[in-house]
Amino acid sequence: MPIVIILLLVLVGLAFLVVLWIAGAYNGLVRLRNQLENAWAQIDVQLKRRHDLIPNLVETVKGYAAHERGTLEAVIQARNMAVSAKTVGERAEAENVLTGALKSLFAVAEAYPDLKANQNFLALQEELTSTENKISFSRQFYNDTVMTFNTRIEVFPTNVIANMFHFTRHDFFEVKAAEEREAPKVQF
Amino acid sequence: MWEAIVANRRRSALLISVMAVILVLIGYSAGMLIGGPDAGGFGVLVALGIMTVMLLVYFTSAESVLMYGTYARELKREDSPQLFDVVDEMCLASGLGFTPRIYLIDDPAPNAFAVGRKPETSAICVTTGLMYRLNRDELQGVIGHEIGHLKNRDVQFMTLAAVMLGTIVILSVIVRQYFWYGGRVRGRSSSRDGGGQLQIIILVVGLLFAILGPVMAQLLYFACSRKREYLADASSAQFTRYPEGLASALEKISQAHVPLTFASQATAPMFIVNPLTAATGEADSVFSSHPPAKDRIRVLRAMTGASFADYEAAYRRAKGGALIGSQTLKSAGQQTIRAPSNQGPIQTHRETHDAVRRYHGYMRLHCNCGLDISVPDGYEQDTIRCFRCGSVLTIPTATTVPAASPASANAIPPVIPGIAPPVLATTGPLQFHRTNRNSWESFRCACGRTIQLSPAFDASHITCTACGRTIAVD
Repeated sequence: MPIVIILLLVLVGLAFLVVLWIAGAYNGLVRLRNQLENAWAQIDVQLKRRHDLIPNLVETVKGYAAHERGTLEAVIQARNMAVSAKTVGERAEAENVLTGALKSLFAVAEAYPDLKANQNFLALQEELTSTENKISFSRQFYNDTVMTFNTRIEVFPTNVIANMFHFTRHDFFEVKAAEEREAPKVQF
Repeated sequence: MWEAIVANRRRSALLISVMAVILVLIGYSAGMLIGGPDAGGFGVLVALGIMTVMLLVYFTSAESVLMYGTYARELKREDSPQLFDVVDEMCLASGLGFTPRIYLIDDPAPNAFAVGRKPETSAICVTTGLMYRLNRDELQGVIGHEIGHLKNRDVQFMTLAAVMLGTIVILSVIVRQYFWYGGRVRGRSSSRDGGGQLQIIILVVGLLFAILGPVMAQLLYFACSRKREYLADASSAQFTRYPEGLASALEKISQAHVPLTFASQATAPMFIVNPLTAATGEADSVFSSHPPAKDRIRVLRAMTGASFADYEAAYRRAKGGALIGSQTLKSAGQQTIRAPSNQGPIQTHRETHDAVRRYHGYMRLHCNCGLDISVPDGYEQDTIRCFRCGSVLTIPTATTVPAASPASANAIPPVIPGIAPPVLATTGPLQFHRTNRNSWESFRCACGRTIQLSPAFDASHITCTACGRTIAVD
């Protein structure tokens, strides 16, 4: 009789430990997913900031280099594409195009000494530099978190919990071209 | 880094208990020294009281206590936008979730540190010497290192240790002074039995602690802080993806050979490079709070990627032995080092200089010829001649509205600065009219103190720091 009771107690104890572990693993995954969403929101904030800065920049450049119509239009178009992008993949693509367009705009600005001395242009340039940095750092943190999250939901034993509660893989915010894998650079 | 956070939590608990034991022993022996054998218990009570005070200080105002001796001033975003940008960037890269406050210390020695009991109240301090010397990549590396300390909860432990160590040192100095200069062991004649002998043994042990206490506290402190510098370096490299930035910053800081004027034994371990040995060159001994900068630079430059795994590999090659916990290494991925940013020297030299001038109470006057004139606080005349064009500038002063009319507080006529005579008024409200809301503006209170208005100043009145009068600003 006592042996049965002891066995029963051991079983109850084991079940309790398993439940405790499931709760811990589940909470860990939820925490990571929230961190992920927060990181994505951070990227969003910075991208929006860049979108807001671009019309000002284009206006300022237009005053000095109106005949560089092609470059200016490319920037505007890239910006509008980026604003209307929906999925993570689409968005990453559009933002990369925008970074490239901005790069060529600043390259064009090199040829206009008056523009380069303009206070407004200088302030915008600093703002955009910092925003580019912030985008790349936010993206970096987002990707790091995605990697931890994806690993966590695929390895045993947390994958059991992940399948049970429908945690799904997240996409990386990838930069396509190999040479653009580093922080997007704007040469002034 | 998960392991570092756990280790710091454990060390904090250990530190509090060890300190409590040391304090009680010192208190007991001090009590017996000063008040005879019966006063030992009283000494313990005093020691526990001191412990309580210490913890109270730590939990309520640790940051300001540690910051007090450094003459650090809090910066606003308007003071140095680029520095704030770099800090924001590193906060994003680390996923810290909040921005620490930023302080500037007016000192030519390049250095930086972080303090804070909990992340939300933490602060990062940089010196003007640092801002003058570093470019953007290097500043990013230094800020990344400090954010790494914050992320690993090192700062929490260091702040606790600095507060506790400070108290232990002060206490044992009191005991030693009493013993050497005025102390007689009065209780000795009254001890006749074994209990007395036991008391003498405890007294001797306590005395030993009084002498060894500071040394031991320091040893503990230093032993903890050496590995964490490497860990923070690893974090910095991981955040910036550019270890060379920090390596080159460390090189500049350690080769500056300018002593930091306010650094003490208690605060030294908090800095990025030990400020006490920075001027003389460093020795790697058990007493040094930092690993030698050249070792840290060597590890950073040996990195082939930017992840924790790459730092671990470089550390093993350069120093031997393991550094980073396996849990962290398991989730560390592949990260390539980015190219230098080419964002050139940071433009903060002028900004930093102006911020320092403002904090010293200099008034900034803009002459129409384009020259900016800094007028020191305490300049007594009401006008100043421009050094370049010779035109006479009036010092803007808050003007007094006559106290006679009772409705004057509401119906203040607009007053142009400089027109009304700057008589030192004893009654009546003061008024200042702002001419430019988008830049820094300074004016003089009727008592003579210079008051600064930042571009972000948006209130209807300000209180003079010297005479305490309220000045309406419109």
